[in-house]
Amino acid sequence: MIASFLIQTLNGLASASLLFLVALGLTLIFGVTRVVNFAHGSFFMLGAYLAVSFHGFVGGGVLGFWGGALFAALAVGVVGAVAELTILRRIYRAPELLQLITTFGIVLLLKDVVLYTWGPEDILGPRAPGLTGAVWIFGKPFPQYDLLLLVLGPLIGLSVWLLLTRTDWGTRVRAATEDRDMAAALGINQALMFTGVFALGALLAGLAGALALPREPANHNMDLTIIADVFVVTVVGGLGSLPGAYVAAVIISVVKAWCIGIGDVRLFGMAFSFSKLTLVAEFIVMAIVLIIRPWGLFGTPQSPQRVSAASILPMPVPDVKRLWPLALVALALLMLPLLADRFTVVLATDIIIFALFAASLGLIMGLGGMASFGHAAYFGAGAYAAAVAFKAGAPFFVAVPAGVAFAGALAMLFGWFCVRLSGVSLAMLTLAFAQITWAIAFQWDSVTGGSNGLVGIWPPDLLSGKTAYYFATLLLAGAAILIIWRSAHAPLGYLMRAARDSRIRAEAVGVDVRIIQWRAIILAGAAAGLAGALYVFSKGSLSPDSLSIPRSVDALAMVLIGGVQTLVGPVVGAAVFMLLQDWIVRATPYWHAVLGITLILITIIFPQGIVGTLRQWRQRREGGP
Amino acid sequence: MRLGRLTMALATMAALAGPAMAQSPIKVGEINSYKVIPAFLEPYRKGWELAAEEINKSGGINGRPLEVISRDDNGAPGDAVRAAEELVSREGVALLTGGFLSHVGLAIADFAKQRKMPFIASEPLTDKLVWENGNAYTFRLRASTYMQVSMLVEEAVKLNKKRWALVYPNYEYGQSAIASFKLLMADRQPGVEFVVEQAPPLNRIDAGSVAQAVADAKPDAIFNVTFGADLQKFVREGTTRGLFKDMTVLSVLGGEPEYLDPLRDEAPVGWIVTGYPWYAIDTPEHKAFLAAYQAKFNDYPRLGSVVGYAAMISVGEALRKAKSTDPEAIVAATKGLKHSTPFGPITYREIDHQSTMGAYVGRIGLKDGKGVMVDWRYEPGERHLPSDDVVKKLRPQ
Repeated sequence: MIASFLIQTLNGLASASLLFLVALGLTLIFGVTRVVNFAHGSFFMLGAYLAVSFHGFVGGGVLGFWGGALFAALAVGVVGAVAELTILRRIYRAPELLQLITTFGIVLLLKDVVLYTWGPEDILGPRAPGLTGAVWIFGKPFPQYDLLLLVLGPLIGLSVWLLLTRTDWGTRVRAATEDRDMAAALGINQALMFTGVFALGALLAGLAGALALPREPANHNMDLTIIADVFVVTVVGGLGSLPGAYVAAVIISVVKAWCIGIGDVRLFGMAFSFSKLTLVAEFIVMAIVLIIRPWGLFGTPQSPQRVSAASILPMPVPDVKRLWPLALVALALLMLPLLADRFTVVLATDIIIFALFAASLGLIMGLGGMASFGHAAYFGAGAYAAAVAFKAGAPFFVAVPAGVAFAGALAMLFGWFCVRLSGVSLAMLTLAFAQITWAIAFQWDSVTGGSNGLVGIWPPDLLSGKTAYYFATLLLAGAAILIIWRSAHAPLGYLMRAARDSRIRAEAVGVDVRIIQWRAIILAGAAAGLAGALYVFSKGSLSPDSLSIPRSVDALAMVLIGGVQTLVGPVVGAAVFMLLQDWIVRATPYWHAVLGITLILITIIFPQGIVGTLRQWRQRREGGP
Repeated sequence: MRLGRLTMALATMAALAGPAMAQSPIKVGEINSYKVIPAFLEPYRKGWELAAEEINKSGGINGRPLEVISRDDNGAPGDAVRAAEELVSREGVALLTGGFLSHVGLAIADFAKQRKMPFIASEPLTDKLVWENGNAYTFRLRASTYMQVSMLVEEAVKLNKKRWALVYPNYEYGQSAIASFKLLMADRQPGVEFVVEQAPPLNRIDAGSVAQAVADAKPDAIFNVTFGADLQKFVREGTTRGLFKDMTVLSVLGGEPEYLDPLRDEAPVGWIVTGYPWYAIDTPEHKAFLAAYQAKFNDYPRLGSVVGYAAMISVGEALRKAKSTDPEAIVAATKGLKHSTPFGPITYREIDHQSTMGAYVGRIGLKDGKGVMVDWRYEPGERHLPSDDVVKKLRPQ
């Protein structure tokens, strides 16, 4: 028993080393450049594939394995440098998190590059020469290679730490991590440092990918399966903290190993499977840590970003004379079923639903300055509540409000914790909540239908026609979008902006910032819930992916593509994103790559989002500010 | 899929040169998660492309060429339903086919029921597709989770092992495989014990810890349902840690080339698996398929190739028998439809719309540094379905 427990701890420590190497790169990159690099998992995957190819080319032995690891690390480092020089460099001044969408574009692009280059099948990589067996520890066999990993992780971490603390370059990097603007003011060449840090981070991820090969075949899921864990590790450890990343990696890996070791137990007469808890263990850890220590275990509050705050101009009250394009769009939407075929009506219904979803996120992100990586929680909660109510016999006109109410209530619960945080910590807490919600939907078979979800949720006869449902969606979602827009120029909106732009001044004049933010989150949650409820009735079925990370990323992409600091931006973003995806998926088998490149280009050309950037151009032409 | 459409268009044009096919094509909608499960579905696509080409070369469907329009659903049910809507209302397809993931398959099946559109599901393995959630418009080709498990239970009972360890991916496929296994074992071997259950998340197994936990429970035998990268990780860790030494392991899908071939010389010898020994089947149907496939693609078929091929043959035969593109006529024709596949003759059962396509059961061996299936036999699907009374209770009438 004790022996099993100790072996499971060692298992956890070995896994922690790999996780730590990937997280180390991510935390370095974030610390200096403030880029949340979604593509970091892709660098990990690329490292694994490159090492496999090197091994195939050179052959086995010490050179094949360790040479492959070195080659993969350097090659991925170069890829990282190229990505920084050609893509990310152009958008450092864009609103925070736009880089998330850009790097998501890189994820999609690299996915197809890997599929094209290495083919669809998994490739079992080489084992480390001389380390293929097991040693006996506590009377049980333990892989030799895992023992090496156990030591290698901290060793590489130590060398990076020495690089940061004992060299001039490292000192400058730390200065920039501490205060980027001050470092720049002191004459540190930022451009060069950013490229260097990005290359180093990518190199570490590539190295980890190569070192993972004896434990994991090179496969197409490596990128997205590791990236979520790595985000968790960096945040739990404290963004930018190197020892924090190691401690967090150890905590998460060891907790998971213990869950597996404990297996099934009976608690208070109920069977409970700790093995199934591994589905979401890391996110539970993250939620607990963030609630107790908002900056992570070893983190310190982020220094304010002086650039982006100043770039947000006050939002003008719309000039009625300038609203005619909106009226035209409304007219076109009303006429659409007369002019278009049935599928266009279906697609338009989807676009309107996602426009509402994006607008609800835009409200808290733009006006409230509260980014959410887990907005799908409310979308999915609304959808599930409506579906479960419908299955229990409630008619459509009861089920939809039930969805809205449930999503609003959930937002009330999550929001209560979220308003105590800000910045990336807040975003990551929303992600943790969303993942926990997802896991509940995934596991609660008797209510949610488990991983299969629920089917047979269709609207009543009155709305069963696609055109009828389109008008119902247009009416309900349109009204909700108008409420969101209106609230921007209502007291709630003004107070949100005051809280965002200067929390201290807002509090000084008597604004209860947390209450205001909480209200906004509840409003946004309920609106997203309406979008979810309308979505489930338009598709007839529902599964946990409506709560998943990709759904949240879609919402972020829509908001940022459209323009986070504009009201119509998220709606425009939703339309552009959905139309592009619909078109590209049908146009080419390599739609991942094409969509990825398109996202990268959009974020480079329209750093303030399509609406925001167009507005800037117009203002410049008109000689405005 | 432009490439798919291009091949189809070329095939159509070539066919149009002949006098018999100077009619408008019959369109078929195909939906699958090509980007999510490329290892299975790229061979799958080749399979149906080959079948569609053969159908058109041999005169099409009652003189009309077959045109397949393929869509990628990105592994999401919502996207799949939208794609289905587009195929039905914009492209005017006569029927739908495809599907890999269970939840996507169920979503398309429910759409089919709602829109009264025939749907021949090829790969989704969930039992619910034809039983609990079965509907009049949905048919399924592949041997379901229950059938695959039933085939292995026969082997398990022969072994007469008492203490079983269960390892399965934590989603519906794994869960229902384990539920069926427990039920069938308890029925056929009273006194059987399940000493440990490990349910790692799909694609995210911590193989070392799982192997350790299984070993600690000291089972007599292991029933494994993990596949793909999870399986490869489990095999490696379990081998290194000595878990599989002198251990009996049963593994669903473990003999499918998609999952066996990447293991190369590390294939776990002696495991009892369901799969597809393409290199050794010498029935005339399979030989013809193998020759045609290798000639066209210069590659050997995976199980996905057979499923894609057989699904498109089913589509062609159903349309041929229906003599019309009326949905009700197609449904009526598919009920009880019999045709030949590379695995032999199959029938779509009237009672639950499940086809009787079977699977191969055998042991894993090593040959020339590669994993192969040895001592295998074909298990016809009809032998592994519950009695009609049970089916009637499960399926809404």
